[in-house]
Amino acid sequence: MKIKNILKGLVFATAVSATALSASATFAGTPDNVLVVANRIDDIVSLDPQELFEFAGSDYANNVYDTLVVFDPNDLSKGYQPGLAESWTISDDGKTFTFKMAKGRKFHSGNAVTAHDAAFSLQRAVGMKKTPSFILTQFGFNADNLNATIKATDDDTLVVTTDEKYAPSFVLNCFTAVISSIVDSKVVKSHEVDGDWGNVWLQTNSAGSGAYSLVNWKPNQSYKLKVNGDYWQKKPAMKSVIVRHIAESATQRLLLEKGDIDVARNLTPTDVEGISGNSDIAVDNDLRGRIMYISMNQKDPILSKPKVREALRYLIDYEGMTNSFLKGQYVVHQAFLPLTYMGELKDKPFSLNLAKAKKLLAEAGHADGFDAEIIVRNAQERIQIAQSIQNTFKQAGINISLTQGTGKQILGKYRARDFQIYVGAWGPDYPDPHTNADTFASNPNNTDEAKLTGKLAWRNAWDISDMTARTKAAVQETDNAKRAAMYIDIQKEHQMTSPFVEMFQKNEQTGRRANVKGFVTGSAVTQVFYWTVTK
Amino acid sequence: MSNAVDTATPKRRGFSASLLKRLKSLVTVLFSVLLTLVGLLFITFIIGRVMPIDPVLAIVGERASQEIYDAAYISLGLDKPLFVQFGLFLKQIAQGDFGISNLTARPVSEDIIRVFPATLELASLGTVFGIVFGIPMGVVAAVNEGKWQDQVVRFVGLFGYSMPIFWIGLVGLIIFYGILGWVGGPGRLDIYYEDVIPVVTGLVLIDSLIEGDIDIFWNAFSHIILPASILGYYSLAYISRMTRSFMLEQLSQEYITTARVKGLSEHTVVWRHALGNVMIPLITVIALSYANLLEGSVLTEIIFAWPGLGSYLTTALLSADMNAVIGGTVVVGMIFVGLNLLSDFLYKVVDPRAR
Repeated sequence: MKIKNILKGLVFATAVSATALSASATFAGTPDNVLVVANRIDDIVSLDPQELFEFAGSDYANNVYDTLVVFDPNDLSKGYQPGLAESWTISDDGKTFTFKMAKGRKFHSGNAVTAHDAAFSLQRAVGMKKTPSFILTQFGFNADNLNATIKATDDDTLVVTTDEKYAPSFVLNCFTAVISSIVDSKVVKSHEVDGDWGNVWLQTNSAGSGAYSLVNWKPNQSYKLKVNGDYWQKKPAMKSVIVRHIAESATQRLLLEKGDIDVARNLTPTDVEGISGNSDIAVDNDLRGRIMYISMNQKDPILSKPKVREALRYLIDYEGMTNSFLKGQYVVHQAFLPLTYMGELKDKPFSLNLAKAKKLLAEAGHADGFDAEIIVRNAQERIQIAQSIQNTFKQAGINISLTQGTGKQILGKYRARDFQIYVGAWGPDYPDPHTNADTFASNPNNTDEAKLTGKLAWRNAWDISDMTARTKAAVQETDNAKRAAMYIDIQKEHQMTSPFVEMFQKNEQTGRRANVKGFVTGSAVTQVFYWTVTK
Repeated sequence: MSNAVDTATPKRRGFSASLLKRLKSLVTVLFSVLLTLVGLLFITFIIGRVMPIDPVLAIVGERASQEIYDAAYISLGLDKPLFVQFGLFLKQIAQGDFGISNLTARPVSEDIIRVFPATLELASLGTVFGIVFGIPMGVVAAVNEGKWQDQVVRFVGLFGYSMPIFWIGLVGLIIFYGILGWVGGPGRLDIYYEDVIPVVTGLVLIDSLIEGDIDIFWNAFSHIILPASILGYYSLAYISRMTRSFMLEQLSQEYITTARVKGLSEHTVVWRHALGNVMIPLITVIALSYANLLEGSVLTEIIFAWPGLGSYLTTALLSADMNAVIGGTVVVGMIFVGLNLLSDFLYKVVDPRAR
């Protein structure tokens, strides 16, 4: 008897709490002036714009900080536009850039944005020597010369002197990158400890002039921004922005369907398909910078034969992959510059063609194929790509053994030139074509001792003195149209002869509530913009 | 007078002897705890060092130049011999300093203070759920051994044990949050309520009551109830099965027959006499299952976007953020040791023979 009473009590208690809950949980939808984004943000290790270099962190910095020159989110193809600098002039020798700062711009603290802040920020980027610092040090700035090469001559004038003559578009494109963000020097200096340029403080705080300022950052959980009502470009419609770390695509989808978030940034193709019939939700496609490729070590006697390299280009089922497991995630792209970059090349000359490949192999003296090893990181999409390639190569008699490993193991072999075929991905570091040209199409010294591990051409032991010279010429060309044409020429040759087979470019699918407008993810060249969003 | 003195002396002697005995056992316990922790640290440290993950790359990224890589390598102390590194670690930890997490750029202790309450709240509620439903279910099953009640309890228990937690979690979310709208979605609170109340304990349910904000309390409750029920389901499955087998053992004892012969009501026999004796081994079962939940359930935390210890530790481990991993391991280790000591203590309270 009593047992029954206890059980009855439990059932009753459960029923009561369920009723109470259903009453409290009816409140759905996000407020009209708050943007709630679900994203994977566990890659944020620092909020210091002169240190951070990962996706989620760059998204943050793009909204909290301004740069001297900026992208227009409404038309990214216009390239760099006046930002905190209203104009600039370049000396006749092409080495000295003089920026005129725009008047009346203010930091979140209320301090005026001056040329001194700009100089401090760029010097800081060079002096702190964090990972992305190479984007600026490639112009010859270093810890010893930074006071001479980057200086404010008065409150409104910043003078920057490079070591050589570079294409102005190259320098200015680099000044749109996150590393070139302008920080509030008075605030940051006041938090300096032991000559750390205020790094420790800025890792968890903000001191910018962007559309938003930081309210708080809870690692692996969320960050929250509040609006800068005096933003110089436009008064943003969203009073605050909350970016929540939601690792699971299925969870992001549920939240989006319920209207508890406005934007879901990491939906899998399955979940995108699942929401396709929902009229409250829209899905945007945007090309990003990541390129998927395979590359062949030129130390290998077989893989270094031009006909073999060409044959392999016809042994990859590009369309088959983008129509199946890469659907929605990647598009076929066969050049080293991502589409939306200056100098993009849209030609796609290769597709799966077994007969042609066999003919080329026979001409190279390998009519019966050969054995080779592909090394690949244990990430799902890369393994699937490697398996597809293994499958199509086999049809031409090429027997592939797949070796999987962690990033450290596989990358270690690649950097040590100890491999045959590598399945890789490359994302541009800054919004200028040189970022990829310098690694895919430049190899100043092919010896093992040179250890140019940062250059993909070197890792593949591809000796190209002519192309290296042309890449160097392109980065010094002052005429933007000519410069773009030079990159197209280089890519056309690269596409045909290099040991790289560029296959795919990343496509990002973003799910959003249909009432959310103006969410720009930044294509391949830049990051997300929150200040353009309306509901 | 003299009589009183005579009796008092041996008593005092007995008291100091027992005090000494207690002190001795306390020292033994402390020593074994310390040894366990050092062993734990050593194993964690070694595993962390042989893992094929590069902590330097996790900080500086793949594109870093050799110079930047080397600077980070040295600043992490990785250039020193392994035993020196371990010694430095121990020294640091002995001072209560777990160092800075590479991934969050904050002191590990601060991180743990932030993430642990979320796990504590979830695990405690889950365990309460497991106890409140699991023990009666186990008792009912034992009393009705072989009958349908027993089969139902067994089925429910097995189901809870064998279904993958991410599946139950997702299905639960789809039904109760997605379709019915009875509970809150992933996360600890709706976004409008986040950062509204001051953090006192870090436990939102308690902080909201301290603040007297009943809306936030209900909102937090609506968010925690589903993940807590799911974790509770797991501990229920375990607790009910253990209760059943302990009860069966007790119910076959002679004192139960005696009690029945004496004419005690079935209720008293089962719930007071039998269950009373079952409580002793059950304490250990409950403590262990609580400790398991306190480690943080990674999958539950990921599905429910619950910012707890489990996902913190996993992220740290995958990027070889050793300070964070070691800090988290010490906390988990202390929880296990602490709960073991607590269950030993409760044994003594419940079981007069152990006093």
